[in-house]
Amino acid sequence: MSENTSDETSTAGGAGETGWYDLFSRGARDWLRHNDKIREAVRRHLPEIIAGADVLSGGTSTVRVPVRMLEHYRFRLRSPGEQQGVGQGHARPGDRIGRPRQEDESRGQGGNEEGTIQYTLEFRIDDIVDWLWEEMKLPNLEAKTGRAKDDDWTREGWDRRGARARLDRRRSLKESIKRRGMQAESGVTSPPFTDDDLRFRQLAKREQPAMQAVVILLLDVSGSMGERERRIAKAFFFWVIQGLRRQYRDLDLVFVAHTSQAWEFQEEEFFHVSGTGGTLASAGLEKVREIIQERYNPSQYNVYLFYASDGENFPSDQIQAQAVLKELARACNYAGFLEVSVLTGEEPDSETGKLFLELADGDGQVGAFRVAGVEDIWKAVRYFFGQQAQTS
Amino acid sequence: MNIEEWQIYAARIEQLAADQGLKYHPVEFEIVPENFMTEIAIYGLPVRMPHWSFGARYIYQLIQHRMGLSRLFEVVYPGNPGRAYLAKSNSIAENVLVTAHVLGHADFSANNLLFRRSQAEVGEHIVEQAAAHARRISQAIQDHGIEAVETVLDAALALEQHVDIHQGLRREKYPERMPDRAPPAVDEFSQRYALLGPDTARPRISTGPAKRTPTPPHPEQDLLWFIAQYAPDLEPWERDIFLAVREESFYFYPVFACQIMNEGWASYWHARLLREADFLPQSCYVDAIKCHSDVVRPTAGSEQVALSTNPYHLGFSIWEKIIEQQGLEQARRIMSEDDDFSFVRNHLTLELATELELFRYEGPANGTLVVQDVDLPALHEALLSPKYGFGAPTVSAAHVHLDGRLDLLHDHVADGRGLDPERSRKVLEYIVRVWRRPVTLATVDGNEHGMEITVSPSLQLESG
Repeated sequence: MSENTSDETSTAGGAGETGWYDLFSRGARDWLRHNDKIREAVRRHLPEIIAGADVLSGGTSTVRVPVRMLEHYRFRLRSPGEQQGVGQGHARPGDRIGRPRQEDESRGQGGNEEGTIQYTLEFRIDDIVDWLWEEMKLPNLEAKTGRAKDDDWTREGWDRRGARARLDRRRSLKESIKRRGMQAESGVTSPPFTDDDLRFRQLAKREQPAMQAVVILLLDVSGSMGERERRIAKAFFFWVIQGLRRQYRDLDLVFVAHTSQAWEFQEEEFFHVSGTGGTLASAGLEKVREIIQERYNPSQYNVYLFYASDGENFPSDQIQAQAVLKELARACNYAGFLEVSVLTGEEPDSETGKLFLELADGDGQVGAFRVAGVEDIWKAVRYFFGQQAQTS
Repeated sequence: MNIEEWQIYAARIEQLAADQGLKYHPVEFEIVPENFMTEIAIYGLPVRMPHWSFGARYIYQLIQHRMGLSRLFEVVYPGNPGRAYLAKSNSIAENVLVTAHVLGHADFSANNLLFRRSQAEVGEHIVEQAAAHARRISQAIQDHGIEAVETVLDAALALEQHVDIHQGLRREKYPERMPDRAPPAVDEFSQRYALLGPDTARPRISTGPAKRTPTPPHPEQDLLWFIAQYAPDLEPWERDIFLAVREESFYFYPVFACQIMNEGWASYWHARLLREADFLPQSCYVDAIKCHSDVVRPTAGSEQVALSTNPYHLGFSIWEKIIEQQGLEQARRIMSEDDDFSFVRNHLTLELATELELFRYEGPANGTLVVQDVDLPALHEALLSPKYGFGAPTVSAAHVHLDGRLDLLHDHVADGRGLDPERSRKVLEYIVRVWRRPVTLATVDGNEHGMEITVSPSLQLESG
């Protein structure tokens, strides 16, 4: 061992000294990158995740997703039907030995076998909603004249004076470059910035055209809607509400549940409501009509109706329901029907579903979609808020 | 641990080693924290290119470590000077042992032909070279973004084992044209033969310029090199990354191919040097010997039967036998000339295998295993077969079509069975993103029927 070796050792081992490797961990850095990739992968599977997430039980702001470490793939032989190997110890030919316990691999090559470690990642519901709703919007949203409640400060123009916080660095730098360019021609050396270079953003109060909107969520809680159907409907509403709240600042939400009668609820109650008895779609629709009439004038509001039900309506109610629905469809920017069914397939065929389909002839103001399970919820959201948004 | 005390012992151990005829380049020791040891073990090199797969292995190792399943005492890099990293948590006794062990490794890597050849090709400063690669790749990440660099590393690191050691690190590209064909002989026979009239059955021998060689002219196993040289649209910085990964693979190969010999040799020497280290206090000696028997034990813990072998123990036992029966000089010759394949085949005798209670087992993949009759060649093969071809299946580049499509061929006969189709597809997906033309892999399915997997570049990539 040479002299300088000893020196190096003593500095590396000396108290209070730290090697460069103490400053950061490459393993941790690459692990974070690995997790980023997992998050990306999870993000691509959000619809399945929201289906699995039990968000309705409330209180949680995160969803826990079990994930597995990513494998960096290599060419590998297909797993053999038979295996062989070399072992060591007291064993005679013909002896039978069980499966190995996890062997001590401390001195092995380590190899590239990561094994499978499962762990859970937490996702904030807010983030999930952001990702999911990136391209979603309310269909047929229009500017309505009404209360100009959206008057707001907006950026407008620049000035040489202003609050420090509103200093526009980029623009100030441009000014500085312009000035120095001029001065360089005339041979004057100049400071990088002068007070005259500084530009401040100005704010002006502007009235925005109001985009007031109300979304009415109508839920069938009659006896035919079992536990499973209600869960699907509520999960759908949950993600819709989360998304709409993020997309639109001023949005009224109205919660209505019906059996053969209808009631308006607060949001918290709405998600726990259950009822018994028969279904009268017209009762629910009628209640919605009343609410619109009383509080949400369609000339001032964008009105939306989303109705979730198994669609089983008393045949005697059909005519009545049809009449109300027609009227509602005129008042609403969009009226959507979510048919909660046990059957898959996207065409609704229940009594109520048919009523909606009859009205849904091309003007994109009425739609109906059938879901058979929570895993279809995201398709429904996309149907109502994605597809419609594109066609409008 | 008391550094000064260790340094005194280390100097005396070096002296002992020199007296015993160990020949090695100077070794620089560094004492590093344990998590750094873990990183070295995972990355294979103290400073190496970033890649997410190392992160996954790192956490896996940390978890194992915490569960007490593994402990790393030292890592040593061949070179001039060699570099050894010792774990901070080692006790003085452990470090005395480890110092002797490291000298054994240093002697091995300075004299073994495979190591010497690798150092002649790769250079004697692998630690610094790998750090330089890492720097270049960090720069590439700044210039081209993490996604782009990762795309290249995904492919290059997945093919890490697919190099051709025998062709050497620095290779010329294939000749553009076939070597000239010898002109037709003008002898008496052919003159008379010509009188018979035009030979319509025989193809006309062209006298024009030599034919272009197909790419590749023969199945090419050095996939890293081949892609670096022949991928249709590879950017220079991407080629750099492929060649950096390849250089590191050339460095890793002897470590891989001499593991049993190398660990055995180092273990033999730490035991021998320790025995002669009369300057050690009694307690230190006892602790070191305890540590030795933990490292060089055939089965883990209290197990009576293990389904794997410990390369330290196996190598140690073979070397002890060789030195006992043939002397140290002969052992040094074997050390310089062999790799694990010849070492095990030539020196793991039936007698020794019986003494070590080695046995071969077979059985269904998930069922009861049965200990097999004693059969030495079969035992050798079972020990060595996981090490063939750098431990990877035999896949070679077979053909590049005029439109740039690449055919890969898996030699299922050599490997005994086909490739895992799911994983292969994923690897092809990595490759396609740097080859940028469709890539087809031929292998066999579970019934030995030929099958092909083709992956094409996604439209998104083409438009991008």
